[in-house]
Amino acid sequence: MAKVSMTVNGRAVSGDVAGNRLLVEFLREDLRMTGTHVGCDTSQCGACVVHVNGKAVKSCTMLAHEAEGATITTIEGIASPDGTMSRVQQAFQDHHGLQCGFCTPGMVMTATKLLEQNPTPTEAEVRHALEGNICRCTGYHNIVKAILAASGQDVSKIAAE
Amino acid sequence: MPKDSGIGAASKRREDVRFLTGAGNYTDDINVYGQAYVYFLRSDVAHGRINSIDTSAASEMPGVVRVFTGDDFEGVGGLPCGWQVTDRFGQPMQEPGHPVLARGKVRHVGDPIAAVVADTLQQARDAAEAIELDIEELPAVVDMKAALNEGAAKVHDELPSNLCYDWGFVEDNKAAVDEAIKNAAHVTTLELINNRLVANPMEPRVAVGDYNRANDESTLYTTSQNPHVIRLLMGAFVLGIPEHKLRVVAPDVGGGFGTKIFHYAEEAFVTFASRKLNRAVKWTASRSEAFMSDAHGRDHVTKIELALDADNNFTAIRTETYANMGAYLSTFAPSVPTWLHGTLMAGNYKTPLIYVNVKAVFTNTVPVDAYRGAGRPEATYQLERVVDKAARELGVDPIALRRQNFISEFPYATPVAVEYDTGNYFATMDKLEEIADLAGFDARRKESEAKGMLRGLGINCYIEACGIAPSNLVGQLGARAGLYDAATVRVNATGSISVMVGAHSHGQGHETAFPQVVADMLGIDESMIEIVHGDSSKIPFGMGTYGSRSLAVCGSAMVRATEKIIKKAKKIASHLLEASEGDIELKDGKFSVAGTDKSVAWGDVTLAAYVPHNYPLEDIEPGLEETAFYDPSNFTYPSGAYCCEVELDPETGKVTIERFAAADDFGNVVNPMIVEGQVHGGIGQGIGQALLENCVYDSEGQLLSASYMDYAMPRAEDVPFYVVDHSCATPCTHNPLGVKGCGEAGAIGSPPAVVNAVIDAIQSGGKNVLHIDMPLSPQRVWAAMQD
Repeated sequence: MAKVSMTVNGRAVSGDVAGNRLLVEFLREDLRMTGTHVGCDTSQCGACVVHVNGKAVKSCTMLAHEAEGATITTIEGIASPDGTMSRVQQAFQDHHGLQCGFCTPGMVMTATKLLEQNPTPTEAEVRHALEGNICRCTGYHNIVKAILAASGQDVSKIAAE
Repeated sequence: MPKDSGIGAASKRREDVRFLTGAGNYTDDINVYGQAYVYFLRSDVAHGRINSIDTSAASEMPGVVRVFTGDDFEGVGGLPCGWQVTDRFGQPMQEPGHPVLARGKVRHVGDPIAAVVADTLQQARDAAEAIELDIEELPAVVDMKAALNEGAAKVHDELPSNLCYDWGFVEDNKAAVDEAIKNAAHVTTLELINNRLVANPMEPRVAVGDYNRANDESTLYTTSQNPHVIRLLMGAFVLGIPEHKLRVVAPDVGGGFGTKIFHYAEEAFVTFASRKLNRAVKWTASRSEAFMSDAHGRDHVTKIELALDADNNFTAIRTETYANMGAYLSTFAPSVPTWLHGTLMAGNYKTPLIYVNVKAVFTNTVPVDAYRGAGRPEATYQLERVVDKAARELGVDPIALRRQNFISEFPYATPVAVEYDTGNYFATMDKLEEIADLAGFDARRKESEAKGMLRGLGINCYIEACGIAPSNLVGQLGARAGLYDAATVRVNATGSISVMVGAHSHGQGHETAFPQVVADMLGIDESMIEIVHGDSSKIPFGMGTYGSRSLAVCGSAMVRATEKIIKKAKKIASHLLEASEGDIELKDGKFSVAGTDKSVAWGDVTLAAYVPHNYPLEDIEPGLEETAFYDPSNFTYPSGAYCCEVELDPETGKVTIERFAAADDFGNVVNPMIVEGQVHGGIGQGIGQALLENCVYDSEGQLLSASYMDYAMPRAEDVPFYVVDHSCATPCTHNPLGVKGCGEAGAIGSPPAVVNAVIDAIQSGGKNVLHIDMPLSPQRVWAAMQD
């Protein structure tokens, strides 16, 4: 066991972790921040995406001690302190970009990072950016639409409206 | 003009806020103080005799609380099967036992052998490695037809063979069908495989057993689509816990798609172990574990023959299907290839004679049960593929051939025992031709060809049956459960309402859509109504959510209960208004006396019910709470027409879905946004089945596709935007909402459209390929094009 300290959603946290403790386990089990999800064991599904030092990272693929001193944002840290959802979160609700909600934290974290890096992505760029995030409910239609809408693009012409 | 609230409004989902902010409460988010963790040691061979299990070293490992094996379940029931099929000869199916932990033999890779309970998961996992197993590997049966050969290894030694049942439907039609096929002007024959799939809800299964010794109560938190079904099956048939001492909670559940209907060994284990140890026990499946323990779907091998007369009218259909049951009978497995498949073989067509034969087979593979559509995708796929092949053989337009044979009058009694109440298959086909822009296809094909690509168009229809019922009929067909649902409408003193429902929402948005119905009936704001679901201690005994039944069955119960509320509230209002009960009208949340300006508000009536000072106590009880159970008189029959357009690279065999359109008839729609989302998701899964997904075993029964590295889940780049329409609505005639169900349609209707489109593309390139089995991977398509 070794002590690890980091900043999560603006709060300084620390804990004693085994060397093989994954970052996602540290978040979910030690900090009891259960918004970040685990949907697979091969780093494929993306339900566990968080931001580490400004990068979107699959927290199932990083050891807790590797995050020593890091600044981490999780899904719990995306909305404003007063509860107002971010534009990505709000677009997901407005465009029905989620159903069961299990992949949603990872989708929001990936989409948020995408729009930071590419503020007006094309449909193809959005779909490509989601290659590491699997959703089983939505057929991706409304996720892609929500992300395009969050980028400020007109989605009214997209099929099925 | 779209409505902004009530029935027909695209109300935004209230559940989204918690899911979008990380505040959901999924089963793995639940931790009970002092809980232990269980790790299941699972078989790594497909078939073997257990000579010995030595747990002594494992039991001494750090943190280990106890190691359980099958012997610990002496006297405990096995996992029950909820549907008994009777075979062609009037005999009950073969029904082997299904122990919680393997006893005597292991029968598939993933069969649980021992369970290690320890203070931490890592300790449990480490200790499992110290269990000494002596398992004598036996020959495995994987291929269904080989499993039925004389001398094949038997999955269950005590059974006469690996045949679960040989079912004929309708058996009395058989001779006439044979005769019609013999005398037909044309017979189209197609042999095909409906590929084995894994449902893969993104949330793996989780179960937490919590026992309270002080009052002898057990609570099971589980990832289930139907907590009351689990309470009944596990309480009554496995562990012998009476319902009042057993609470089953299915909180936020991260998708189900059928695979979370069933009662699983892990649920029974954690409940059993928590009682033995007087300590909560938690199990969380890894994804690899989910692949080898969640019930799989589909896996049919079928030969279908379609007979036509000289005018291209369908005269008979004959099918022979081998349906994989896997190693044990999962909860509803026997019903899927029979009553949920055979009864749909008429499809949208007036074929007068149909005979369906199904041989259900045990193999050394994971049990197979309902997956989104359950039997109906299998029926639709074979029918819509054979109709397409017939059109090609006869040189006629596939849409015209379908239209010529459409059922046009309702109600329509099919030759496979069901009666369609409504539908308009011409209308959905017309709508499809419009929204898919069929008129522009030739130009799009030329554009593709100019790039050196092939372009294909695939059309198909589907009919589906939702809200399986009535209970007395399904009981005769072998169901060991009722198929009604229930709702309690509890009006609170100040007028807000809690509705406790038997349906379970795991992505379907019930918390938003159900209040729209009640709000509409009462004329009050949706925000005054809250839906409570998923906890057997809070909700009436309902059967849960599967088979696209929630709104048609549970929604109907909710309507009935609300009608009772209105009736009683009118009595109270008539007293307050000193008017005759018959003169009271309820509109916009206000009770008024017809023809006068006298009225009393909703909240005044509800307050009077709970503060009954000025109240007709001699006539009616205080309070305003009503329950209704609703047992439908028939299935509902959604239908539609789907179109897929693909581009195919002849150099590589890679297929790209360029366009996809769906015209559905769901009857009335409560929330169009949610309905469209359900169709999108179903189409996504159908495209997955058609192009990508395949659960593969090798000849020794090793599961080769047990991770997302090997099982190709559809991703955002694999699918296009979909064009969906549900405006061609023929309301269901027998439920109060006129709704039909929309959850499975997309998954039922889309695979044949994709395959028909790929065949069309290949044909346009001059290769006479008539069929390729799913998934249509580049390798399979390319290989077919080389022949």
